[in-house]
Amino acid sequence: MTTVFGVPLPAILGQLMLGLVNGSFYALLSLGLAVIFGLLGVVNFAHGAFYMLGAFAAYIGLQVLGINYWWALLLAPLTVGLLGVLIERLFLRHLYQVEPVYGLLLTFGIALIAEGVMRSLFGASGKSYPVPPLLQGGFNLGFMMLPIYRAWVVLASVTVCGLTWFLIERTRLGARLRAATENARLVQAFGINVPVMVMCTYGAGVALAALAGVLAAPVIQVSPLMGSSLVIVVFAVVVIGGMGSIVGAIVSGLLLGLIEGLTKVVYPEASNIVVFIIMAVVLIWRPAGLFGKEP
Amino acid sequence: MRAEIAVYVVLAVLALIAPFLGLYPVFLMNLLCFAMFACAFNLLLGFTKMLSFGHAAYFGASAYITGWLVTAHGWGTLEGILGGVAVSMLLGVVIGAIAVRRQGIYFAMITLALAQVVYFVCLQAQFTGGENGLQGIPRGSLLGLLSLGNDRTMYYFVLAIFVAVFSFIRRIVHSPFGQVLKAIRANEPRAVSLGYKVDRYKLTAFVLSASLAGLAGSLKALVLGFATLSDVSQGNSGEVILMTLLGGSGTFLGPVVGANVVVTLQEYLSDLVGSWVSVIIGAIFVVCVMIFRRGIVGEIQRRFGQRPD
Repeated sequence: MTTVFGVPLPAILGQLMLGLVNGSFYALLSLGLAVIFGLLGVVNFAHGAFYMLGAFAAYIGLQVLGINYWWALLLAPLTVGLLGVLIERLFLRHLYQVEPVYGLLLTFGIALIAEGVMRSLFGASGKSYPVPPLLQGGFNLGFMMLPIYRAWVVLASVTVCGLTWFLIERTRLGARLRAATENARLVQAFGINVPVMVMCTYGAGVALAALAGVLAAPVIQVSPLMGSSLVIVVFAVVVIGGMGSIVGAIVSGLLLGLIEGLTKVVYPEASNIVVFIIMAVVLIWRPAGLFGKEP
Repeated sequence: MRAEIAVYVVLAVLALIAPFLGLYPVFLMNLLCFAMFACAFNLLLGFTKMLSFGHAAYFGASAYITGWLVTAHGWGTLEGILGGVAVSMLLGVVIGAIAVRRQGIYFAMITLALAQVVYFVCLQAQFTGGENGLQGIPRGSLLGLLSLGNDRTMYYFVLAIFVAVFSFIRRIVHSPFGQVLKAIRANEPRAVSLGYKVDRYKLTAFVLSASLAGLAGSLKALVLGFATLSDVSQGNSGEVILMTLLGGSGTFLGPVVGANVVVTLQEYLSDLVGSWVSVIIGAIFVVCVMIFRRGIVGEIQRRFGQRPD
């Protein structure tokens, strides 16, 4: 059997595949975080909670209402996104005048509420969500089995990331969005309704998190605390990529997933902390992040 | 000024007679430990406006180290506490040196991420007992003279340290060093332009705060006899923020009041409502951020026309 550094090659490729799947979630989540931060200047601590709510929306949809996976993929982000819109309208909007840390603290409180409610209603144990029939089984790549569902997660996530990038960087709407990021008052003076745009942006970022939650539901256990430690990893990813940078969020999300997978082969004990260590190194070497502009 | 002295006298008398009022001494000591933790945190958030989102790392690491030194190596109580504080100070130097390079929310996210490293190290290391944590940590005695096994003796020991820490923080804030911190809080670029090495001041404040948070963690481990993963977890970092915010950041008594409210709420509500506690804590967070940013003590001071500290 082929080995690299004494580790069998299939084991490495298997972990890299898992890493790529994790990286897809990181990319989707940090993309939403970056979009929200770019326009609102808010670090959305509730991002992990919205991811969890997305997974639960899919779970409840299937168990109670009989909504299948494909509809959940559409309806769960929509529902959770609307919740996000409501939160922006009721709470976040009133904090733009004060220091940005209050946005972080508010969303932290909202995350606690969401996790507490779900734990009280559903308990702390994980629930399993079945892989949809169309995506069951796997390809035999010769050296390893590739589960179709995992390949689908990577494909779906990369597609959504690409579409979001296109929407922001290459369309008229995106141009307005970027302009409002630069100077909201000026854009408002041109007759563009910035408050509504901000509200929708928050909703869209939250919907991306919920979409990641639906995609994750069949591969992990759906539980109230599934987002609470993930959100910290995603924070680190965003810091590494450069806060507010769309490309930075996508690229560093996928890359760090792969690095994490590789660490699991080489030195498993460090796999939980490798992202944070890289973050520290990047900060010392390039404080604005890999793709960020110096302020 | 006179009103302030009166408040302190009343509080001191209350603290001295509290164990005789039928209150459970272990609960009181737990209150004091978290009050100390919140005061240490307030040194950063309140007086330097640096929001650390990972203060549980120093509190928890120190609790583990003290517990380990006392239990596995038979160290004395004071040596164990000093060992724990030394480690949290060291952590403060390393994490602080990286974090003070950035400001505001970046600072918060960096401290959060690096605290998560400490959490995973505590989870995976051998000496911490992993998921079970350290249990049966003995309180020992004070220099071999005074046994701390008795709850009341331990209470006065913890109270004495708390008063010392509280006075120390007041002293720091009123010192020339503290004035520079307040200048940084008010206008950092201006402080830089006046020639202050702002990063060095911020790092010093960070290390002081981390060390005092560590002291609180050590004492907590000795009081309750255990150190667990929840001491070092993200939830604990969030709670100390809430205590400071609710009581009033930037006031001396605010963190003490906030810690009392939050710890008491958790103690009594967790039996009544179970996991809804975290919903209530979250809701208090939202209320504090939305309409109550001065906190309890801050509001009282404003009402009586007193300048904030």
